[in-house]
Amino acid sequence: MAKIAARKLNLWYGDFHALKDVNASFEPKKITAIIGPSGCGKSTLLRVFNRMNDLIEGVRMDGEVLIDGANILDPCADLVALRKKVGMVFQRPNPFPLSIYENIIFGERIHGAGVTRDELDGIVEKSLKDVLLWDELKDRLQAPALSLSLEQKQRLCIARLIAVRPDVLLMDEPCSTLDPQATARIEELMRELKNNYTIIIVTHNMQQAARISDDAGFMLLGELIEFGKTDQLFTAPQDQRTEDYITGRYG
Amino acid sequence: MRKIKEFVIEKLILLSGLASIFFVILIFLFLLKEGLALFKITSPFDFLFGKSWYPISEPPQLGILPLILGSLLVTVGAAVISVPIGVGCAVYIAEVAPLKIREVLKAGIELLAAIPSVVLGFIGMVTLVPLVKNVFHLPTGLTALSGSIMLAFMAMPTIVSIAEDALYSVPKTYKEGAFALGATHWQTIWRVMLPAASSGILAAVMLGIGRVIGETMAVMMITGNAAVIPHSILVPVRTLTATIAAEMGEAVVGSEHYFALFAIGIVLFVISFAINVTADLCLHKKQS
Repeated sequence: MAKIAARKLNLWYGDFHALKDVNASFEPKKITAIIGPSGCGKSTLLRVFNRMNDLIEGVRMDGEVLIDGANILDPCADLVALRKKVGMVFQRPNPFPLSIYENIIFGERIHGAGVTRDELDGIVEKSLKDVLLWDELKDRLQAPALSLSLEQKQRLCIARLIAVRPDVLLMDEPCSTLDPQATARIEELMRELKNNYTIIIVTHNMQQAARISDDAGFMLLGELIEFGKTDQLFTAPQDQRTEDYITGRYG
Repeated sequence: MRKIKEFVIEKLILLSGLASIFFVILIFLFLLKEGLALFKITSPFDFLFGKSWYPISEPPQLGILPLILGSLLVTVGAAVISVPIGVGCAVYIAEVAPLKIREVLKAGIELLAAIPSVVLGFIGMVTLVPLVKNVFHLPTGLTALSGSIMLAFMAMPTIVSIAEDALYSVPKTYKEGAFALGATHWQTIWRVMLPAASSGILAAVMLGIGRVIGETMAVMMITGNAAVIPHSILVPVRTLTATIAAEMGEAVVGSEHYFALFAIGIVLFVISFAINVTADLCLHKKQS
């Protein structure tokens, strides 16, 4: 069964129709990439899955988005529980202006109750190990997170996220501010994380989508033009517009 | 021709820049010259820690401890009232209020800042002072508490507008990050927004306090002006500023009393300078 399914999803920013009848289903423990030119609505689609668009005034949605069978667009949906389950990594790494340690246990501080110091230490160690930062940072956990390099910051944001133990990771162009080596290492990390999480990544970078994803979708002007296995989408696209895009005719 | 024009304008701007520093130095030198003359007669220790202020007795007793404590009491009282309300108001305006209410509130705050202090003092005298008298069953409502409450109104606009700016300039990505981890709005404000804006908020508080400590008119009208060491917030006090304003007219030029008032001026100058530098350091820390 699909982890996330969107059915006839429409979204408007005021009068602007940003998502048009999107239907897609995302498989558990796989990486699904969404590609498309700027302004096609791919980030908007991603932000539907944790209701981040709600922060913007004048957003309207209709249709259905089921996560584990529950409709998250329901007006009574519990947004705190949803966002705990569906975590997000942003384009620009955004660690809080706190220490490395406090960044990672932020989730525990807001959700957990009565967690001991030892348990917190354990969470920090495990999360940093999961993102392969432990060896670099274990001796300076109290240093400000803003003093880290961009790549370290992005890894820290992922560590902060998985410390909350989500099911789904949404990644909004997570490598766009990183250099090629750092990008390669983050991609490696994503392949590791795939064993435990359902990952949806939005990316500008078609090669990146081809390298890391199992499924892929192509969006254009708010429509999901084509959605399927990554191999097929890149080698034998069904739609002329997809072919034009991946062969670099526009975008 | 163009070059000359550039040159002249550049120098004029330089001159205006230097002028402000020049005037500050002049004022400071004048203060020092007149104020330090006192210490030929009275020791600085007796001046700062002397417990009685009787400038026209014979010989005059010029201890300003009651005045320092009076200023301190009124200022701390005003800070205790205005900081929580002011920061709370800033959080409401920056984070919670819908657009329309935000505009109305901001205009209201600016209006509050525009009320002359003598008007606030007058309103305080006819409304707040009797209220304090009745509520606490005091012989007089002219107390440090009345002064604190009135000064809190004066500190509020400064605190609200600078703290709101500080909150507003916290990057939006912090907020999104916190929400994306499942934080509630209040958790986001408390754990992310306020710490991120802390240096700006501290600067707001310092500038608010700076405004309070230098305020004269309203405190002179409603604190009762008794130069005795206060033992509670419900008694009349006299502040440093009110002393200068009230007595400058009757002090004989060149007398000890006259020099003592200038020495009080130096004390005030040092206090507000320290507060402003602290606020400045806070703001700079925020930018770096």
